[in-house]
Amino acid sequence: MTPVLDPVLRARVGDFLTDYVHAIDDDRLEDWPGFFTPEALYHITTRESDEAGLPIGIMHCEGRGMMEDRIKALRTANIFEPHRYCHLLGATRLADKGSGILSARTNFSVTRTMQDGGSTVFATGTYRDEIDVSSDTLALRSRRVVLESRRVDVLLVIPL
Amino acid sequence: MTASSTTQRSDSATPPPERDGPPFVWPAEGVTRVPFQLFSDPAIYKLEQEKIFRGPVWHFLCLELDLKEPGDYRTGFIGETPIIAVRDRDGNINGMVNRCAHKGALVCHKERGNAKALSCVYHSWTYDLKGNLMGLAFRDGLRGKGGMPSDFKTKDHRLQPIRTAVFAGMVFGTFSDETPDVETFFGSEMCKILRRNFSRPLKLLGYHSQIIHNNWKLYAENVRDSYHATLLHTFYTTFKINRLDMDGGIRITNAAKPWHHLSFAKRATLEAADEYKKAEVHSAAYENRLAGPELLETWDEFDDGITHSIQALFPTLAIQFTLNSLAVRWFTPRGVDKTELFWMYLGYQDDDEAEQRMRVMQANLTGAAGLVSLEDGCINEFVQRGTRGEGQRANAFMEMGGKTVESSEASRATEVAIRGFWTGYREIMGFEAEQPG
Repeated sequence: MTPVLDPVLRARVGDFLTDYVHAIDDDRLEDWPGFFTPEALYHITTRESDEAGLPIGIMHCEGRGMMEDRIKALRTANIFEPHRYCHLLGATRLADKGSGILSARTNFSVTRTMQDGGSTVFATGTYRDEIDVSSDTLALRSRRVVLESRRVDVLLVIPL
Repeated sequence: MTASSTTQRSDSATPPPERDGPPFVWPAEGVTRVPFQLFSDPAIYKLEQEKIFRGPVWHFLCLELDLKEPGDYRTGFIGETPIIAVRDRDGNINGMVNRCAHKGALVCHKERGNAKALSCVYHSWTYDLKGNLMGLAFRDGLRGKGGMPSDFKTKDHRLQPIRTAVFAGMVFGTFSDETPDVETFFGSEMCKILRRNFSRPLKLLGYHSQIIHNNWKLYAENVRDSYHATLLHTFYTTFKINRLDMDGGIRITNAAKPWHHLSFAKRATLEAADEYKKAEVHSAAYENRLAGPELLETWDEFDDGITHSIQALFPTLAIQFTLNSLAVRWFTPRGVDKTELFWMYLGYQDDDEAEQRMRVMQANLTGAAGLVSLEDGCINEFVQRGTRGEGQRANAFMEMGGKTVESSEASRATEVAIRGFWTGYREIMGFEAEQPG
């Protein structure tokens, strides 16, 4: 694992990962696809399926178009009880993959608050990322969201 | 207590538990009415454990692909009862209650695994792969002291067996000696569809589950509810995905036992497809509003024209073939108002890369985050919350598509399959109709 020692780059990555979860928590979901490269992979799966190498998880987007469709569906088509997330991030372990790509692993926990005030831990897991740092604007080339649990409470519609 | 008094026997002769209060009666209108009480009454829930889950019904346990090698086991549930399905060294699949004959502890505490023998971790009572007790720790005591009495016989203490059957790669179990064989139970037409869908060696592509906060029967209704499909689930219509050519219906093939059904749709007749091709509108209509249209890339896998199907098999199993997305869904009660819904996504071992990719993409349509189906995670809870606490004062009203229970080849705007479910449920539960007047 090639360490990333440049403190400026580490700070930029930290801000980037924080901005991502704040966009979701603040309901700026239309901004969400913009955190990815145009052809990026976004994949939510479970630890069990990940370890078994199963290709189908819980959500799978290849490219920003599919991510935009997810958000459009959430806003206009899908029906669900209103709820909001609050993400908590753990420390990020970075490694330099070369060619302007960093790999990053960050644990997260998400509470979900329903309209009646009920607030529970909805999801806990790990972001396994490949981040393109070759230009001024950072972007996820791949984000695999590996959930600890294979059991989703009620439904999953807002991305993690 | 003698050894024989602890021997487990088949529960089929156990009388149902007594209910407090007035006996439950079904409304005189029959299965077009369903009392809301059925979704929240703990006594009825308890009765269902005996009558439905230990009754004359085949319950889905796992797929044969879960049990490839001798010693492979998979644990699960029939109702609330923990079950083991295991392949023995003769190649047979055996089902048994996952409960040690000694103190009642779970014998297998992992969801899946491989074992030479089934051994309870509590006191090392060890069973062979057929469930026979082979031995136990300190049977003869220590240094000549203690141990089991001289009349103790291992053959009196096996794991409680259940009948199992394998059909089209699926493993079923039943507690009842009365359950007819699988093909009779589901009927030949339903079995034909199962054989169509599971005709080739399967490959597991994905697996997850969902907790839904409603009585299990609300999901049993929901998966049979062809009336709600385009009303609650608006993904297709929002994205202007062409549905004009979707013609389909509901098949209930066993008039005497209309408990199972197939809901199907045909995306395009050949004639229509040609017209669309000439006018070059078909692909346009299919793709023009999706920013990521590869979500819906598909190919025709079968020559019967059916492109979407859901087959609901009484009581808690459904097989979906949505475009090319094959999945087994089954659900398990976790209390009167809580249900776990399992999703197992499948392909075939001989799928090529492009075919598997399409199945992966289309898996976005269903499951806990399904673009088309995620509403089902909450809609049944809305009914649960809307009906909680009702006694026999209020009923669901279900006369869409008529009052009868028969095939509806022309239309899916019908509640016929739900009425079919309740027909089976009433028959097994023995709920008589109230006298009119």
